[in-house]
Amino acid sequence: MPVPSNIVILGGGTGGTLTANRLHKQLGDGAHITVVDQDDCHVYQPALIFLPFGLAEPETMVRSRAGQLHDGIHFVIAQVDHVETAENAVHLTDGAVLDYDVLIVASGVRLQPEETEGMTGPGWNERVFTFYDVEGATALRAALKAFTGGRVVVNVVDMPIKCPVAPLEFCFLADWYFADRGIRDQVELTFVTPLDGAFTKPVASETLGGLLAEKHVELITEFAAGEIDGAAGVLRSWDEREVPFDLLVTVPLHGGAAFVERSPGLGDDLGFVPSDHRTLQSRAAPNVFVIGDAAALPTSKAGSVTHFEGSTLVTNVERFLAGEPLEASFDGHANCFIETGFSKALLIDFNYDTEPLPGRYPDGHVGPLPLLKESRLNHMGKLMFEWVYWHVLLPGREIPGISDQMQMAGKHQPAEREESAP
Amino acid sequence: MTTQTIAGQAIDVDAEGFLVDPEQWTREVGAEIARENGIPELTDRHWQVVDFMRERYLTEGAAPSIRTLGKASGVPVKELYALFPKGPAKLAAKVGGIPKPRGCI
Repeated sequence: MPVPSNIVILGGGTGGTLTANRLHKQLGDGAHITVVDQDDCHVYQPALIFLPFGLAEPETMVRSRAGQLHDGIHFVIAQVDHVETAENAVHLTDGAVLDYDVLIVASGVRLQPEETEGMTGPGWNERVFTFYDVEGATALRAALKAFTGGRVVVNVVDMPIKCPVAPLEFCFLADWYFADRGIRDQVELTFVTPLDGAFTKPVASETLGGLLAEKHVELITEFAAGEIDGAAGVLRSWDEREVPFDLLVTVPLHGGAAFVERSPGLGDDLGFVPSDHRTLQSRAAPNVFVIGDAAALPTSKAGSVTHFEGSTLVTNVERFLAGEPLEASFDGHANCFIETGFSKALLIDFNYDTEPLPGRYPDGHVGPLPLLKESRLNHMGKLMFEWVYWHVLLPGREIPGISDQMQMAGKHQPAEREESAP
Repeated sequence: MTTQTIAGQAIDVDAEGFLVDPEQWTREVGAEIARENGIPELTDRHWQVVDFMRERYLTEGAAPSIRTLGKASGVPVKELYALFPKGPAKLAAKVGGIPKPRGCI
C-alpha cells in the first residue's frame, strides 16, 4: 500500500471544513488530513447580519469546529506562527512543526479595527460598533434596543470586505427595524462608502442605489474613512470631509491571517494569498493551495464563493498528488442573498466576467428565485440556507440544482432589459 | 477609446482619460496629465508613488489600492491625499499611464 499523503489545512471555517470533508471522502486512507484552528468555535457568519436586530441568537450561531469534521480527520487547536513553503513545514507558536505534502490555506480574514485611527478609542462598543463578529453584533444589538432617535451612520472603511453586500443589508434591515418600532421618522440613516456607488457592479449598483433612495437612506460615496472620533461622534475622511453620527456601524479594515504575513513569500501586502485565479494553486509553491476569504482573488469574499471553489480545489489537490495537470475550472462564481427588510430579499449571481443581472435562478425556466428583484421567496431562501450550511455544504454534499460554474440560463443581458423596460 | 495628443505624442485614452496602453507612456506624458489634473509639478514624492504604481501594475497586472500604497509605497495615506487630492490611487494611476484601478468586489 502506498504511503498516505499528508494534507494540512490551516483554518476550520467554511472553506477548511468543506475541503477536509470532501478530500476525506475522495481519498479515504490515502491521506492523513489535519485541520488546524486557534479555537473550536465555528460561527455561522450569514446570521451575523440578523443578530443586531434580534432576528438571530448568538448561542445558535456557533458550533464546534471539530463536530463538523468527518471521523478520521485530525483536528488541532493551535496558533500558527508561520509557514516555510521551501521546507513544506507549518511552524506552530508552541514550537511544534507540521510537515505536509499539500498545504491548504483556509484561514479567512482578520478584522483590523486598530488600523483606523480612533476606531477602538473612546466610544468603541458604546457608540461605535461592528457587526462583523459575534461580540460586536451582540453589543450593537443592545445599543440599537436602547436607541430612540438620531443619526445612524453605516460605513465601510475600505475594500475588500467579507460579504460586500452586508453593509447595504444592514441599512435595509435598520430601516425596517426602526419602522417596526415606530421611530423611523426619528432616525436619519446614512450609508458612507469608499466606492463610487452603492455597489461595485453597474447593474446591481443601480438597483441597490434605488432601494437605498426608496428607503430614505442617504448615500455618501467616495469617502475614504481615515479617522473616527467616538467622543465627538464624527467620522472623518482622509481628505477632511466629516460625517457626524450618534451611532456608527463600521466595517473595519480586513486583512489576512497574521501568520500569512509572517510566512516568507506566501501573502500579498494585505496578508491575502495570491493564487492562480482558476486552479487555486498558490503562487508561493505548487503544493500550496488557497480557498475562501484567505485568497487574493478578484471575486467576492463570501461563503458561496468558498463553496464553489471547493470542487475545483478538491479536484486539483487530487490531481496534484497523482502528478496530473490541474483543472482551471473556478470561474469566480458568487451567489448572494441580500436582505432588504420586511421579510424580503434580493438574490444576485455573478462571476469574474459577468456582473449580477436580473432574471431567475437557478434556471431560466424552472428557477424559482428572482434575481436582482425583491421577493419573499428569496428571504425564505436565505433563512433556509442555515440548515443547508450545516447539513449539506460543510459535510461536502452536492446542493441539488446549484452548479459550481455560473450559468447564463435565466439571466437577462442589459440590452434585453432595456428593450423590455416600459 | 479616443486618441489624444499628450506631450506631443498620440496617446490612446479611455472615456475618463486613463491610458489604454501603458507602453505609450513616458515621464513627459505623466507630467502633462498631472498638470491637466491640478498638479503643476511632480515632486520626488509624487514620482515615488507613480513609479510604485507602474511597477506593481506591470508585474502583477493590477493597480494597487490606496491601502496597499499606504502600506508598501513608502508614502503614508495622509500624505498621499496631500500629493494627489481627492483620489490618490486613481490620480496616480492616471498620471502613471495605467488603467483605472478596479474597485474591489
